[in-house]
Amino acid sequence: MSEMTFAKALNAGLRKSMERDSKVVLMGEDIGKLGGVFRITDGLQKDFGAHRVIDTPLAESGIMGTAIGMAYRGYRPVIEIQFDGFVYPAFDQIVSQVAKLHFRSLGRIKVPLTIRIPFGGGIGSPEHHSESPEAYFVHTAGLRVVAVSNPQDAYSMIQQAIACDDPVVFFEPKRRYHDKGEVDETAGLEGPGGLDLGAARVLTEGTDVTLVGYGPLAKTCADAATAASDEGISVEAIDLRSLSPIDYATLEASVRKTGRLVIAHEASQTAGLGAEIAASITERCFYFLEHAPVRVTGFDVPYPHSKLEFFHLPDLDRILDGVDRAMGRPNSLSGTEEGE
Amino acid sequence: MSTYQMTAGHGGSPIQLLSPDGVRHPHERYDRFLADVDGNVEGVDRAALLVSIYEDMVVARRVDAEGTALQRQGQLGLWPPFVGQEAAQIGSAHAIGADDFIFPSYREIGVAYARGAELPDLVRQWRGNAHSGWDPFVMNMAPSQVVIGAQTLHAVGYAMGVLFDGAETAVVTYFGDGATSQGDVNESMVFAASFQAPVVFFCQNNQWAISEPVGIQAHVPIARRAPGFGISSVRIDGNDVLACLAATREALERARSGNGPSFIEAVTYRMGPHTTADDPTRYRDANELEDWKEKDPIARFEAYLASIGVVDDAVRARAAEKADAVAAALREATIHMPDPEPESLFEHVYAGPQPVLERQRDHFARYRHGIEGGLGAGAETTAEGGR
Repeated sequence: MSEMTFAKALNAGLRKSMERDSKVVLMGEDIGKLGGVFRITDGLQKDFGAHRVIDTPLAESGIMGTAIGMAYRGYRPVIEIQFDGFVYPAFDQIVSQVAKLHFRSLGRIKVPLTIRIPFGGGIGSPEHHSESPEAYFVHTAGLRVVAVSNPQDAYSMIQQAIACDDPVVFFEPKRRYHDKGEVDETAGLEGPGGLDLGAARVLTEGTDVTLVGYGPLAKTCADAATAASDEGISVEAIDLRSLSPIDYATLEASVRKTGRLVIAHEASQTAGLGAEIAASITERCFYFLEHAPVRVTGFDVPYPHSKLEFFHLPDLDRILDGVDRAMGRPNSLSGTEEGE
Repeated sequence: MSTYQMTAGHGGSPIQLLSPDGVRHPHERYDRFLADVDGNVEGVDRAALLVSIYEDMVVARRVDAEGTALQRQGQLGLWPPFVGQEAAQIGSAHAIGADDFIFPSYREIGVAYARGAELPDLVRQWRGNAHSGWDPFVMNMAPSQVVIGAQTLHAVGYAMGVLFDGAETAVVTYFGDGATSQGDVNESMVFAASFQAPVVFFCQNNQWAISEPVGIQAHVPIARRAPGFGISSVRIDGNDVLACLAATREALERARSGNGPSFIEAVTYRMGPHTTADDPTRYRDANELEDWKEKDPIARFEAYLASIGVVDDAVRARAAEKADAVAAALREATIHMPDPEPESLFEHVYAGPQPVLERQRDHFARYRHGIEGGLGAGAETTAEGGR
């Protein structure tokens, strides 16, 4: 075990994957000498060469489309999209090509791309640098989508994503890049504790409420569980990890125990992950529920300017307020129609 | 570094080696790429080579007509005719090596035929039995691409991979005049030039993007765009099969010798509709079609072959016979193509099993079983029903 930052853990995981498989290549803007704007690829071009760590022209659709062509040729490209808000020029290639080629070709063409996207807010950035576009990709059949939340998962899940024969959209919470944590570098493709790429992780065991988060909010959810326990509420916090497919076995087992579900994400509410999880858990666990599922999310507004972003982002208190709603305790909506 | 050339044929008349009356004109730059078909290579059966190109053009046109007929009879959902573009497709296809890789649009059915595709694989997607036909790694040809221009980026990426592998393979991508307005096509030229990728951009300018004339896409001859990216380009008569063969060979040689990408604008004409769902009489003048019939690619080549004694009535009859036989086989294969199994719609979404999808497939199977077995037949096997 060694302590490293989230960013360093990703770098180490990428290095491990490149050492394991000579067909793994990195593609993106500024990822060579600079090491990427977040330094995730720091030093890799120096060690692996410009043909394996490829500085591309500034054209996201071009990066995605050429990566597909390299996959036809047997490569395993790992793409860095510089910021969440810049993935949209590549959207057509992702949705119409990356996601569909395996199906279109009756399984003959594998597209084992890993599309790394720093996502989420909380770093005081200008517009287009703080978005949470995961639902677009979760809605697209043929893609796997994951969100990592801590250095250990960053290290292991990037290796699992690269080794996966499906295309994986890999969301990295940029405000956690500098968080430090213990990383077991022997946990490679098997994953820490044997967790595969599609598995959710129970962060804290509890009996009163199931609280589901992912990416930047996984830590906030764990903190909320601690805070709630001070008030005598037993929260089972779950880090979703895989957004597509969703590990319903873990969620169902938890909700059958607690009877209450709160889902938190930074992305806006309408047609988000919270809606999908609430609907699916209601279908699967209806007779076990003591309360309607509660969503604590960003508002249905374009991502706001930085002076207001912390009103938009779910934080510890808003999540605890959601827990109170699920518990039927006094909360911000008490006395309103929605709170009853 | 790139050494692009502003060559003849950028403005004015495209490069032509065979005039519409079937006369072969010598050409300083291109004759060396036609030594075999000109009979200047010892041991090469010139007549056999020319007849194989001629037959492919004749059969391709017949396949195309059969596709349209099958659609009209309800056997295909849609068909994108390529009639009029046989020289561009067959000429270029005959230049491409078996190890080279092709990234086509959806209209390169003539290319696929010439490359040896199984006949059912030419119609599978148009019948709605699958989204693609041939095995891309058997044919070295990607599935047809419906999103306009998207495949050009795949071609450049594949060519970058070839470069990184140190291989001598070349890559050819086909697209139309409409596609040249797409961002992806322009981005693909940026990437191709920056990495000096061994790729050939083969643009069939067939004058029409559904109802939009090429003038809406480009204010200058399309070939003129490529040099701006640092890519050598040439504008050729796309109804001249020898020009198409020679220009593609030249571009492939450039790719294989490490001299980077090339761009070919083959000026041709879409004699049919955009697809069988289109009605060109709403937007184009019938006289235009009559003018282009004068430049018919097959008639021109046939006149040339007759003038050098390679084609006579017997050869014509044999080609027509082969075309009819292929068309009949295509018809048989189409009509008797079995429908896919309903449950197969869940296959190949992912490389391995996926729990949410398996659950949906199971529910669908139970639902079908219930419907087919009458009301209630599915209930005992439905988990929710047991609660």
